[in-house]
Amino acid sequence: MKALVWHGKEDIRCDTVTDPEIQDPRDAIIKVTSCAICGSDLHLFHNFIPGMLPGDIMGHETMGEVVDVGSGVDGKLTKGDRIVVPFTIICGECDQCKRGNFSVCETTNRKRHLAEKVFGHSCAGLFGYTHLTGGYPGGQAEYLRVPYADATHIKVPAGIPDEQLLFFSDIFPTGWQAAVQCDIEPTDTVAIWGCGPVGQMAIRSAILLGANQVIAIDCLPERLSMAEAGGATTINFETQSVVERLNELTDGKGPEKCIDCAGMEAHVMASQPDTLLDRAKQMVMLESDRPHVLREMIYVCRPGGIISVAGVYSGFSDKMPMGAFMNKGLTMRTGQTHVNRWTDDLLRRIEDGEIDPSFVITHTVPLSQGPEMYQVFRDKRDSCVKVVLKP
Amino acid sequence: MFHFSNIVRTKGDPKILEGGPSLKRPEDQVARALGWFSIGLGAVEFFAPKRVTGTLGMEGHEALVRAFGVREILAGIVSLSVDKNAGLWARVGGDGLDAAALLSGLTSDNPKKGNIALALLVVGGITMLDYRAAQDTKPRRPSREARRRLYPNRSGFPKGLANARSGAKQIAAHPTAERS
Repeated sequence: MKALVWHGKEDIRCDTVTDPEIQDPRDAIIKVTSCAICGSDLHLFHNFIPGMLPGDIMGHETMGEVVDVGSGVDGKLTKGDRIVVPFTIICGECDQCKRGNFSVCETTNRKRHLAEKVFGHSCAGLFGYTHLTGGYPGGQAEYLRVPYADATHIKVPAGIPDEQLLFFSDIFPTGWQAAVQCDIEPTDTVAIWGCGPVGQMAIRSAILLGANQVIAIDCLPERLSMAEAGGATTINFETQSVVERLNELTDGKGPEKCIDCAGMEAHVMASQPDTLLDRAKQMVMLESDRPHVLREMIYVCRPGGIISVAGVYSGFSDKMPMGAFMNKGLTMRTGQTHVNRWTDDLLRRIEDGEIDPSFVITHTVPLSQGPEMYQVFRDKRDSCVKVVLKP
Repeated sequence: MFHFSNIVRTKGDPKILEGGPSLKRPEDQVARALGWFSIGLGAVEFFAPKRVTGTLGMEGHEALVRAFGVREILAGIVSLSVDKNAGLWARVGGDGLDAAALLSGLTSDNPKKGNIALALLVVGGITMLDYRAAQDTKPRRPSREARRRLYPNRSGFPKGLANARSGAKQIAAHPTAERS
């Protein structure tokens, strides 16, 4: 089959690889009908997250049709079922899965010793996202083996196009959880840093959860226009002061709720010297993340407020203003999203016509064009916001 | 076809049968080679400055050579990163400093002035390579002034933004609505 394979920094190729096989009775194989490039795939493209090996198949936003099931799937899936595959592989049986904390499943990371060394404890296995999270082959391919398939799936009905359902795999529940973690009140101002695909979903989620005002921060006109269409007031951080503008929009009080949808690769610019220092330290491996957004959120957030982190961070962040964080009594909530916790509610909202996540797609191309689209997406060429690949 | 990466695959996981075309362009390979060259040269300048000054007949300038070594290593690291273009331009600038330093040693009383002339020739060649690589690896991001496609009609709310807002307000106002 064809698959997008990581060969090194900025080197992803569309290779011919062997087809996946059932390895365990709980496995299923799907024929991929749609998959997408995620913003967090760019961290791997840039080799900023350790644990990738040449030959790893990329991709964790995937859906398709079940073509084979193992004997242990126990009737929960049958050939021909249409499923979205959550990026987190879950067993459905461990203590964390029973609590609904699916992204920290205690069972599915098959290389848990690596994660335990780096993070202290292991988290769930993830598709196509380094050997720290199991080294599972990803879904930017024609076929995908789904481990623990009896639990790791979202069955979706026929009649709704892939484009509306595909983002259950990651970005829609990620944006949703980022907003839910904020405990949004009807009087709240929610400020969202980063208007990429997850940021766009977080904006819509905050609106659906009843925020009084949503403010979106980015520097790309196409993303800001999409944010505005979704109901956000926008701030272009290249032309406006984020701190001053947020204070203007909140009568000097600051936003009650702040969401980070930018993560470890915050924009680097001369007017923000901390971003230059972070980039320099990142290059010589003195720091793994560029946490400018976290610093800014702590600075602007209203005392007593909540900071929700949906953007991916990989390791160590320097110069965190813990004094402000502690003295302002802020709360920080983080985590990879617990996909299956939210999908019943989100599927109902799609079926009811409350939201259509396909609005975010700007490019749909064959899988074979995937490598070039990584560059287009990274360079923000052709007003690219979200790429869907068709195997 | 043998692929080294297949050795580390977990049993049963897909293995590469045939590789597709690489995204790496020749200029990326040149940038990479220059990056490693920069680190190598920088290491020599930093750890063996006396050999460098001795070869060039510029004894007494070891501190300067060591500083140049640090500069070379940093430029090399940047050239190997995703910001390679900045690293290559830093190398072009560094080449200018190297040339200036070498010219200062090109005096009639320097018995090694032949070596300096040779070094200047090499620096000239490397500068051309650095300049070419810097030109060829320019970031392909569109400029701030570039025309962009905007998406003012992509609300994501099939029933409209106002409907989405009012729906949320109705839920919040419902007497059974839970408040945290």
